[in-house]
Amino acid sequence: MYEAVIGLEVHVELKTRSKIFCSSTTEFGGEPNTHVCPVCLGLPGVLPVVNREVVDYAIRVALALNCQIARFCKFDRKNYYYPDLPKNYQISQYDLPLAQNGYLEIETENGPKRVGITRIHMEEDAGKLVHQGNIATTPYSLVDYNRTGVPLLEIVSEPDLRSPEEARAYLEKLRTIIQYTGVSDCKMEEGSLRCDANVSVRPAGGDALGTKTEIKNMNSFRALHRALAYEIERQIAVLTEGGRVVQETRAWDEDRGVTVSMRSKEEAHDYRYFPDPDLVPLVIDEAWIEKVRTTLPELPDARRKRYMEDFGLSRYDATVLTSSKELGDYFEACVAAYPHPKTVANWVMGELARLLNAHNMDIIASPVAPAQLAALLRLIDDGTISGKIAKTVFEDMFTTRKDPATIVREKGLVQITDVDAIAAVVDEVINANPKSVQDYKAGKEKALGFLVGQVMKATRGKANPALVNKLLKEKLN
Amino acid sequence: MELCDLPAHQLSKLLRDRKVSAEEICRSVLQRIDEIEEKTRAYITLDGENALEQARRVDRRLREGADLPPLAGIPVAVKDNICTKGLRTTCASKILADFIPPYNATVIERLAAVDAVIIGKTNMDEFAMGSSTENSGFFPTRNPWDYSRVPGGSSGGSAAAVAAGETIYALGSDTGGSIRQPAAFCGVVGMKPTYGAVSRYGLVAFASSLDQIGPLTKDVTDCALVLNAIAGYDPRDSTSAPGEKTDYTRFLKEDIRGLRIGIPREYLGEGLDDGVRRVVEKACAVLEDAGAEIAETSLPHSAYALPTYYLIAPAEASSNLARYDGVRYGYRARDAKDVVDMFKKTRSRGFGAEVKRRIMLGTYALSAGYYDAFYLKALRVRTLIKRDFDEALATFDALLSPTTPTPAFLLGEKIDDPLKMYLSDIFTLAINLAGLPAISIPGGFVDGLPVGVQFIGKPFAEGTLLRVAYAFEKRTGYTSRRPGLGR
Repeated sequence: MYEAVIGLEVHVELKTRSKIFCSSTTEFGGEPNTHVCPVCLGLPGVLPVVNREVVDYAIRVALALNCQIARFCKFDRKNYYYPDLPKNYQISQYDLPLAQNGYLEIETENGPKRVGITRIHMEEDAGKLVHQGNIATTPYSLVDYNRTGVPLLEIVSEPDLRSPEEARAYLEKLRTIIQYTGVSDCKMEEGSLRCDANVSVRPAGGDALGTKTEIKNMNSFRALHRALAYEIERQIAVLTEGGRVVQETRAWDEDRGVTVSMRSKEEAHDYRYFPDPDLVPLVIDEAWIEKVRTTLPELPDARRKRYMEDFGLSRYDATVLTSSKELGDYFEACVAAYPHPKTVANWVMGELARLLNAHNMDIIASPVAPAQLAALLRLIDDGTISGKIAKTVFEDMFTTRKDPATIVREKGLVQITDVDAIAAVVDEVINANPKSVQDYKAGKEKALGFLVGQVMKATRGKANPALVNKLLKEKLN
Repeated sequence: MELCDLPAHQLSKLLRDRKVSAEEICRSVLQRIDEIEEKTRAYITLDGENALEQARRVDRRLREGADLPPLAGIPVAVKDNICTKGLRTTCASKILADFIPPYNATVIERLAAVDAVIIGKTNMDEFAMGSSTENSGFFPTRNPWDYSRVPGGSSGGSAAAVAAGETIYALGSDTGGSIRQPAAFCGVVGMKPTYGAVSRYGLVAFASSLDQIGPLTKDVTDCALVLNAIAGYDPRDSTSAPGEKTDYTRFLKEDIRGLRIGIPREYLGEGLDDGVRRVVEKACAVLEDAGAEIAETSLPHSAYALPTYYLIAPAEASSNLARYDGVRYGYRARDAKDVVDMFKKTRSRGFGAEVKRRIMLGTYALSAGYYDAFYLKALRVRTLIKRDFDEALATFDALLSPTTPTPAFLLGEKIDDPLKMYLSDIFTLAINLAGLPAISIPGGFVDGLPVGVQFIGKPFAEGTLLRVAYAFEKRTGYTSRRPGLGR
């Protein structure tokens, strides 16, 4: 039996207004080479100046990930030639990163698990190559430097992850926490969240690490999971056949569902890191850290604890509702207007989540505002509509954005609570279904359900179900 | 003496007294260029028409009664590694032969703010790597005192132009002596300010932790005036020193009684030309006569300065020069089969031999397995060298040394022997490693060739250097001598 040992290297683009070393905008998109200036284009003679907001954001993430923040850190040059890198070196942090020794907690099938974070450092993003078709056959390539110099955080985990599921849970939790801090959109599809993995396998329970490979080019959570599952299987197969895993960098091929070798250890770059002489070391004092700490919002773990303790929600419900800041905010806005957290949780995780999923929408785009959901729930409570009718009203709210009261009025869905009116229908149904009446009297409880159903059908679901039950029983006994 | 042979402060007075116009000064400089530029070859790019226009604009404003700064209307030449918006900036390299910057260096903005008149861009060793201007990718510059000799380097064009009256003053850059050594060879005043005193923004980087822009002038007063214009904090340069602006002219005083001046014995040892030694000895006597206290001191790690410099400077250069790859600007090899081939051909053809030599040296020093033994060790020795200066300057107000071991050498004399060439900066490069200010001022002549003496100061003690240099100048008068120019 083998076990996998996985560590992730995650790059997060920070959404500061300007780039890390100049004042060009970080806005995504834009005509190629319009979000640039002499500094981020690396023209002869230009110099970088650190954007303080980047450091603020980085400290915020480091605090959210329980890291120790360096009081003294510096920037280094990582030297390699690539046309998307205007200076042919990337300004990064090498041996004195901004933060180290943090952790986050993930949910696993064996309960919560703490995953260590080795380090967090700041660096500048590169540009983008635009090929004419395939990179191997393109006659020429164009370069778009809009993204060049956009601030990045590199967050490196300890090799604490033991399965593709754990790796995915880690990445999702990391995304959640960073989204809470508000420093990044963390959109994998736009490249504002990117992930590489280091993977090795070893006999289960062993201490020694196997030879690792680095997996690149995983562009979604699903790709991460698939690539890791494939790579683990591949390495186990190599070992069981008596072979040896080669230390190398491999790329995930999404279409073929395999990892393929990119370069071996011998071909690895020598980045010739050295301290960037154009930048002075960064001194971060306690006051700076404390100032940033005050900008931190309540983080998902604390929020989950509060939901469990104050709202009496289950760990599962609390985890789901805090999985994104916006979802939690939505939930709490509903609870503020309608103080029955469990009922709200059921609706948010049930009907709302179902419809959002079906329409591939995010909570932030929900057509139903928290106040509207609260109003709907109050209509149930005051008996205006039944819980069943409420679900159809909710669907209408979702598609029309109308208030629940408006829909109920326009569609005549007000619940019938008039005893006489319901009694008349009950009489009709009893007369029309002698067989069922007989069955019920003979002791078949199920027949009552059928009769209730007939009354509801005749009233198009508007009869108060409790009243229908009560009247039927009275008349039949 | 023509107008173009006068220092800026004298011309400035003539201008204010309405005895001459800025246009006349500019025409005098342009005429001198017409006469001798084919011999000196100090300039890579001339901008005479714009210069005249700028001079006339200054004249108009003076007629309107405007109160303009001292350097207004005075011609300046700019080393061709300082970016000038719209004016070709080549670093004397084929790889940037057609590069026209879309922005101005901070020092150019500051010169514009005092209505300076830029005459053109001066020749240099390619990317400031060299000590003779023979490494220019275009042509060598010649020394106006003797056309068979080099003007020094790398700011050889700037120094030659100032000496020959092809400009009134010039800007240079100094990474290991590139202002002071050519100033010494050409008999002009050259100052390397404290690291961080003048913004490097827009100076095409050679070795970022050593580079500094500074003035080359006809005398010490001009040096102070130019420093006034260009020094001071710049938020665009993270290594720029914050602080209030200083008026450096207030240090121009003849009285240096009680000033303590140290002579580092390591700078008067082997390899020093006898004539140069006599110049330094005489300089000591002059200063002592003026009331300064002179005593010997020691900089024990001096012997390590050259190897330390030739690890750190090339290491930084190898990274700084990586951007010249043909992708975005400058020369691009058109016959490449793929992008890596394009990089290789562009850089192989675009860079000259000395630049390539230093890129290789630096790449090696930073490579895995060699970093600790070379680059890191060099950084540590750099700290020791800096400590030597700190200790010496704790006792002395300034140090005095020769600027160069010999006067200007012949063209071709050292070009095939890099080590010999490197040794011509032996007295200047340690100062860059220590980040200190230093000034070279004409201290005498040997066989008709000027010899420079160097004063080294504490960090941001440019004022002290100006004071001692001014006192020396007043007592010797060497800065008023001009070359015969073979006319």
